[in-house]
Amino acid sequence: MVIYSVYIVSKSGGLIFNYDHSVPKIETEKTYSFPLEHKLVYQNKQIVVAFGQRNGVMVGHVLLGVNGAPVNGRTIEDEKNPRDAFEVLENPENYPINLKFGRPKMSTNEKIFLASMFYPLFAIASQLSPQPRTSGIQSLEADTFRLYCFQTLTGVKFILIVEPSQTGADLLLHRIYELYADYALKNPFYSLEMPIRCDLFESNLQSLLEQSEKAGISSV
Amino acid sequence: MSRQGARLDAKKVNSELFTLTYGTLVSQLLKDYENVDEVNKQLERMGYNIGIRLIEDFLARTGSGRCYDFKDTAEKIQAGFRIFLGVSPTISNWGPGGDEFSLIFESNPLTEFVELPDHCLNLKYCNILAGVLRGACEMVQMEVTSWFVQDQLKGDNVTELRVKFIKRLEDAIPAGED
Repeated sequence: MVIYSVYIVSKSGGLIFNYDHSVPKIETEKTYSFPLEHKLVYQNKQIVVAFGQRNGVMVGHVLLGVNGAPVNGRTIEDEKNPRDAFEVLENPENYPINLKFGRPKMSTNEKIFLASMFYPLFAIASQLSPQPRTSGIQSLEADTFRLYCFQTLTGVKFILIVEPSQTGADLLLHRIYELYADYALKNPFYSLEMPIRCDLFESNLQSLLEQSEKAGISSV
Repeated sequence: MSRQGARLDAKKVNSELFTLTYGTLVSQLLKDYENVDEVNKQLERMGYNIGIRLIEDFLARTGSGRCYDFKDTAEKIQAGFRIFLGVSPTISNWGPGGDEFSLIFESNPLTEFVELPDHCLNLKYCNILAGVLRGACEMVQMEVTSWFVQDQLKGDNVTELRVKFIKRLEDAIPAGED
């Protein structure tokens, strides 16, 4: 039973809430000697492994740190002398070198972007349908996760990303809707369509997810 | 009912507390505005703001689907009164087009201890309910209007709230819904 994350998208398609529940952290740190066994490229403001998948470092992982200093964009944020990461890596004199690779983290901006991308996808799905009056996407399946979407009559979408084998997501989504009705909407300082920043909502959601992971969704 | 009884009960409060709180609100508005019509308008507006939030609670609790006929709507509004106010108004006096009906309240928890003073005979004491209905229906893409035709506070036998369907808000219907 693994629940990865929860998203709430407003009627107008904006991301109003997101919560990462249990996304496993994948990071590998290792000392390398020259020449480097991974081919790296710079894309989307990150240094990404393009080829050469070995020792736990996968294609698509990004360079997170060099000799303990964090990497931001293509710069090594060393306090004393910030340097360009590619220049450092191409110079044999800098080896042996300690590199940390990991799965890229999604920034809030990217999440907002993805949430607003799901919105038209959902609408297209209902229009492509051979039957009249079809709902939009209710679940979307991939090899590593399943996405469940529940749209309320008022147009708010609750999206749950879980392990593929997880069952009972509909029930859990409905519980989350109840929490939203109770702790977000009854908060007088929350205005509709705005991002939800309610601690009570978040802590109740958290305990709901924990409970359903421990004891199964049917028990919540 | 989607929630277990125990959890629902925990949230119930004494209706007298609610009655008195509402009374305080109305009398404060009368002090602030000194104008009965303005108070009626403010109550409706507050109700609207309550309604647009309350509808989610109603939907989450009852799990009810979309209405495709105003008769369904009437029954759901009746259920809503049962859930939130603990009263069951009767539905009657359907208009010929099926787009108008009345909710008849034998008793009204909002007015339990209330007598209207002479200077505010025009006050629609329960006008917040009209606002709640408008706000809640608007969120499910229905425009309705409602008004009081009989009021126990004004000497009638029952309180009658007339509800009229105006139109469906087609533009606002979320994709994948219709």
